[in-house]
Amino acid sequence: MFDTALTRSDLIFLAQGAGMTLIVTAISVFFGTILGIVFGVIRYQIGPWWAAPLTFVLDIFRSIPLLIQLVLANAFVTTVLGLRISGFTVACGVLSFYTAAYCAEIVRGGIEAVPQTLRRAARSLGLTWGQDMTSIVLPLATRVALPSWIGLALGVMKDSALVYIVQVVELLKSTQILITRLQEPLFLLMICGLFYFLISFPIARFGGYLEKRWSND
Amino acid sequence: MIEIENVRKSFGPLEVLKGINLTVAKGEVLTVIGGSGSGKSTLLTCINGLEAIDSGRILVDGIEVHAKGTNLNKLRQKIGIVFQQWNAFPHLTVLENVMLAQVKVLKRSRAQAEAEAVKQLNHVGLSDKLAVYPARLSGGQQQRMAIARALAMSPDYMLFDEVTSALDPQLVGEVLDTLRMLASEGMTMICVTHEMKFAREVSDRVAFFHKGVMAEIAPPEQLFGAPKDPELQKFLAATH
Repeated sequence: MFDTALTRSDLIFLAQGAGMTLIVTAISVFFGTILGIVFGVIRYQIGPWWAAPLTFVLDIFRSIPLLIQLVLANAFVTTVLGLRISGFTVACGVLSFYTAAYCAEIVRGGIEAVPQTLRRAARSLGLTWGQDMTSIVLPLATRVALPSWIGLALGVMKDSALVYIVQVVELLKSTQILITRLQEPLFLLMICGLFYFLISFPIARFGGYLEKRWSND
Repeated sequence: MIEIENVRKSFGPLEVLKGINLTVAKGEVLTVIGGSGSGKSTLLTCINGLEAIDSGRILVDGIEVHAKGTNLNKLRQKIGIVFQQWNAFPHLTVLENVMLAQVKVLKRSRAQAEAEAVKQLNHVGLSDKLAVYPARLSGGQQQRMAIARALAMSPDYMLFDEVTSALDPQLVGEVLDTLRMLASEGMTMICVTHEMKFAREVSDRVAFFHKGVMAEIAPPEQLFGAPKDPELQKFLAATH
């Protein structure tokens, strides 16, 4: 079974793909989370009525399959707008909004879980809205939202496999390239899965660690 | 001095304050009694501007609370308030709970804030709980921490909104003792309470609220000894 044509340089090629997956995920989760916090706070603050247009746009990002979003966004910026933008940039942009759309809901739920009475107490001590947000609401909302956010980050990492459609060679695409050449699909997919696991596991464990640490208080 | 002039306040169709007039002098301890829904708690949240009012005005040291230009965050530093719910910030230790607003609002240095927090926590008998998270405290301890947190802002006035109502009976005493101590130190206090014995002991004056109206206000011996308002007579008969 382990009689394989896989060479060391092939493994390096796969590792580079894994690196690309990691970079695309890191950038998208980073910007997506920042945007998600902004959108989530806005949605909470201005109420469902005024937030309806924003909610509608976020719903679009949540309901259209990512693959279609990538193809359409790529066609839009390159053909319609005529911009010379790399597939990598398009991929990161689309994935960031995709992440933000889910993250906004997680953030809103987290903020709603902070009791009003606690916020009233904070304000009555003279804290401004912003100080209440940064010192009380967001730290507490983070604790509530963390498990969902970890789930989102892991989901985005696996969904990032779809960015091959805009010519980004990430882990799964690298694997497919090798499969075409070596004709050892099962073995290569096992290695590919192992790479995904190696990336995901520390994130999941880190989430578990934070949850445990915060549960002490 | 807190001056409340003809204050009216409605929640939708329900008028909870129907023209309240009341003046609380520096150093006075006023307790407010009355049935639930009588508007007494709403009045407290109006005094520090957490609730808007529909008409009338409230002046704290001559500053109109609900005027447009009033800096409420600044005004609230003068007015400490402690609520029925304990409201400890669960992600901060007892010490950090008491330090937070000092650092953020009063811009005290961390060292200054810590010294003040230790002093106030010592004052309410929590000096052995500084590094503990609120979840490890009893309700009475959490409520005393909330009092220390308000006191650390060096307020001129303290408002207490049924601070013992959510506590187990055996924990009520320690919180009331803390309030008694503050009263004896000359703090200006308005206490909304259901503890009649406490009201009788510490108050300079007691106000009775009924359906949004201040039906009677008098020194405790007079209000409890010879109540004039028929609703107050009924209320006292029911609580004794």
